[in-house]
Order: sequence, then structure tokens, then C-alpha cells
Amino acid sequence: MATLELDGSTSQGRVPDTRPRGTAKEAARTAGRLLPLTPAIALMGVFLAGPIGYALYGSLTNAALSGYRAANPEFVGIDNYTRLLTSGDFWHAAWLTLLFVGLSAVVGQNVLGMFLAVVQNHAPKPVANVVGALVVGAWVMPEIVAAFALYAFFASDGTLNAGLEAVGLAPASWLIDTPMLAVILANVWRGTAFSMLVFNAALAEVPPEIGEAAQIDGATALQRFFRITLPMVRRAISTNMMLTTLQTLGTFTLIFVMTSGGPGNRSTTLPVLAFQEAFKLAQIGYGTAIAVVTLAVGALFAVLYVRVLKPEVD
Amino acid sequence: MSATVPVATAAPQPPVPVAAKRRRPPLQMASPKKRGTAVAASASLVLVGVVFFVPLAWLLLAAVDPSATVAIGIPDALTLDNFTTVLTPDLTFRPLLNSVLLSGGTALLTVAVATLAAYPLSRYQMRWNKSFLYTVLFASCLPITAVMVPVYALFVSLGLLDNVPGAIFFLAATSLPMAIWMMKNFVDSVPISLEEAAWVDGASAMQALARVVVPLMRPGLAVVFIFVFTQTWGNFFVPFVLLLDPDKQPAAVSIYNFFGVNGAVAYGQLAAFSLIYTLPVLALYLLVQRVSGGFALAGGVKG
Repeated sequence: MATLELDGSTSQGRVPDTRPRGTAKEAARTAGRLLPLTPAIALMGVFLAGPIGYALYGSLTNAALSGYRAANPEFVGIDNYTRLLTSGDFWHAAWLTLLFVGLSAVVGQNVLGMFLAVVQNHAPKPVANVVGALVVGAWVMPEIVAAFALYAFFASDGTLNAGLEAVGLAPASWLIDTPMLAVILANVWRGTAFSMLVFNAALAEVPPEIGEAAQIDGATALQRFFRITLPMVRRAISTNMMLTTLQTLGTFTLIFVMTSGGPGNRSTTLPVLAFQEAFKLAQIGYGTAIAVVTLAVGALFAVLYVRVLKPEVD
Repeated sequence: MSATVPVATAAPQPPVPVAAKRRRPPLQMASPKKRGTAVAASASLVLVGVVFFVPLAWLLLAAVDPSATVAIGIPDALTLDNFTTVLTPDLTFRPLLNSVLLSGGTALLTVAVATLAAYPLSRYQMRWNKSFLYTVLFASCLPITAVMVPVYALFVSLGLLDNVPGAIFFLAATSLPMAIWMMKNFVDSVPISLEEAAWVDGASAMQALARVVVPLMRPGLAVVFIFVFTQTWGNFFVPFVLLLDPDKQPAAVSIYNFFGVNGAVAYGQLAAFSLIYTLPVLALYLLVQRVSGGFALAGGVKG
């Protein structure tokens, strides 16, 4: 996995091999230039690459949270992974994670964010600003506060049901009957601001002349949006889809506070499952294997993202 | 990134063009059709705004409601009792102080380390610069919440559990990739000619960094500091797993315990506590908006 490079030692170690033979003075100069990087490399090596490497190893043991297997974990090879891949719970959680990421981030946040960004440009400034501030407010507040607020919104005797009853509709037990729908909508509420800000910045870069030219040629507003605006901001869209995917993949607090993954395992996504296996069922090795799988999926998207952004680094 | 960093839920990622809000100037000739569009746009915006406002309004109203429930409602009477009840050392002051220590320590450490790292990355053309930056960018994307289980196991074996500096080191390590990336962009924007003048006067690279570059990029330092601070402030999962002693837990964890342990939840107090806990983040967000003009992408995104 590419994460092995995280500690920087591999890339740093390459320097003496590939540099042309220079004087001792030059070598000292290079060392002096590298010196300021060492704290960052050390910190990331120990506390970022460390846990990842530890995870790769730990997932191959039967470490437990307490008792004998906590102090003396045994190497069990790929047992945790075979157990994982044959476990209905794992595939269920993987499916729920896919639903959660796909519907709340890739579709929900991106579509609503784009809608808000476009509509804001056509509405009077005060309205656009106030609504924009509300959307950003939901995103700026700490995640756990957002989770409480949304718990209160979706609770059986909460705001949503009170509102439904007020207009004569039947209330529902959102967090119990449709927990996934509740957490998906919650995450749209929580995270749309990011997409809205990204798309707002992207739309500001689109020169208005092109749209005006199309308008003169008789293109409707919808045609202009789909044929001109969208293609022109497609880079921002693909970048944003990957970013929101990566941010949503690790979502724990929102789901943990709203439903604790329940009822049963009906809203248990992979991060919640890893937590439950490790800390409630004391299966550290098994929980770590789940963490590694989640991380691998994240790494895949991260590589895609880095490739997309390659021109900005070069 | 957060660790999940509330780490975010968001983690604002620097490579996204962070353009200042540049709105097109409104067309001068108002036509009836334009006005119709504006009305429709306003109506749909107001609708979305109401949906976003309701859960926020519950927090505000419940906090001043003497008999708050989970449903939103106009309070029969206004009270500050919810605030005075939670404003005790155990419930609010110590957790908030812990949050300040944890977030402030993480932000300071991250800013210092990231500044040092960003300088050579920005100024010297070294052959592995690119691969280092790719790795950093890659690391900034990883869902750190996914690795909390192995992090816990690692901290147990290192004896760092319940150790605040240990938690700060971990939080700083998870914030670093993003911080280095942001910081490099800030250093890039400082013209190199000023340092050349300092070099001619006999300053070393580090002296030039300390005396010339750092003073010129103070707003950048503030942005990164606030970014890391707010992310750590909102981080629940990392301290929840790594700090078990209630005396060391930050507000994010104590608020959860308050909510989860009290069987009959006092919603008014919960809302009041949430507001107190949210206020610093909100203030810092507004501050960073002012400091950086258009830097809109700060805020805790990762969980």
C-alpha cells in the first residue's frame, strides 16, 4: 500500500542513492535543508504511519480488549479477513456504508450544494446570504452538537413528527423504522455547505458571456445549465465528489449519537461496526481488520483524488 | 480530517480553488423574466433555508425554555436557568478548559511543525519534493476515523492511553498533512526576493524564515491555527477513544456523557451546553473569514 511512504523515510532514503556525486559541502547543504522537515516526518511517521502499520499487523492477530489475548495476541494470519468476508454483518455494514456515502454525499450533498450555489446567484443578495449562512452554520458547528440537534429533529416525539401532525400527516418513528434514511438526511443537512462553497467558487469562474451568447441563440435556462455551466465546472464536481466521499466514509459521530448503529444493526456502517467489534465485543483484531478494509477503500479514492489533482502539484 | 477529524467532517481541502466570493455583477436591464426567476429562486432558497433553520432553532429555543422537549416549541417563559445549571466546574468549565488545552496544543504544535516543513518544500527544488507532497495530499484524504481501533491498540501498548500530550501528538499528526499543504501555499505566496535581501545581509535560511517569511504570512498562520483548532475542538471520536478519565475529557466527550448517562435527558440543559460549546467555534469561523477575506472552507468536517 502506498501508505508505507507516509513516514517519508522511503523517499528520504532515496536521496543519497540518486543524487549525483557531489562534494561533502553539498551533502551538508542538503541535510541542512532537510532538517526542518524532520519534526513533520517524525510526527507523521509515529502517529499516522505507525497506527496504519500497526493496523496491518494487528488485523492478522486475535488481539482482545482485555484478558489473556490482550497481552499475548496470537498471529492468526488472514483468519480475521476470511471471517470478515464470510460474515453477513460485514457485508451488511459494507452495503449500508455504500448507501450512506452514495446517497448522502455523492448524490445528496452534491446535488443540493449545486442547486443552492446556482439558485443563490439568481436570488436577491440578502436572501442568498441568509440562507447561505444557515447552511454553513449547520456545517461549522461541532459534529456532536449537529448530531444532537438532528436527533431531536427525527426523534419519535421530535420536531419532524410534531410538524407532520400539525399539517395532518401521520407521524413515523424515523430513527427506529427508517434509521438509514434519517442518518442520510442528517448527513445531507450537516455536510451540504462544503459542496455549496466549492460550487459557488467554481461558478464564479464561469465567464457569463458564454451563457449570454447561448441565451441569444435561444437556449433555455435548463439547457444553458446542463450544456454550458455543468461541463465548465466538471472538474470542481469530480474533485468535490471524491472529497465528500472521503469525508463521509469515516463518519462515526453522527451515526453513533443518532442511532448507535441500531436498531439492531440496521444503521451500522463500517466505522460503527469496527468500533462495536473492538470496544463492545472486545475483538480488537477483528475490529482492526474492518478498519483496514475501510482504510483501503479510502486509500483507493485518495489515490484517484491525487491523480486528478496531479497538475496542481507539478 | 479527522481524525476525523471533525476532522472532519470536513475537511476542507486546500487544493479546491478557494476563490473569494466573486459574484457576477447583476445585469443592469431588469426584465420581467429576470424578476420571475428571482422570485422562484428566492422561494426555493427560503424553503431550503427553513429546513436548515429548524434544527438550529430547536437548539436556540430549547436552551431558554424551562420545560424543553425534543420537539421545537415556543417557550412559555424565557429562562436562563438552563445556562446557570450547566455552568459548573464539573459540567462546563473543566471540559471547556480541557478542550482549550487539547485544541490549542494541537494547533500550536501543528502550526510550528507545518511551518518548518513548508519552508523547504516551497523554497528548494529537491527531487523528492513532489513525492512528499503527493504522500501528504494522499494522507490528508484518508478517513482517519477508520483507524481509531488500531490507534487505541497502539496507545495501549505504548502506555499512552489517558495521556493528554499523547492525544495531542496524534491529533497533530492527523492535522499535519492538510496543514503542510495549506502552509506551503502560504509560503509560496511570499515573494522570494525579500529573503534574498536578507540572505545578502547575512541571514541564514532559518533566520530569514523567522524574521522575514513568518511575519509576512501571519494571516496564513492564523488561518491554519484556527482551522486545526476548530477541527480538534469539534472532534469527538479521538478523545472519546483515547481519553478515559473524565478529568481529562474535552467538552465534546463530556457533552456525550451528559446526554447518554442521564437517563431522563434534560434537553434544555443539553441545548444550553451545546450553545456554550459551539460559540467559540462560530466566533473563530467568523474571525477566519475576516482574516483571510475569502477563505470560506475552514471548519470541522471530519468527525
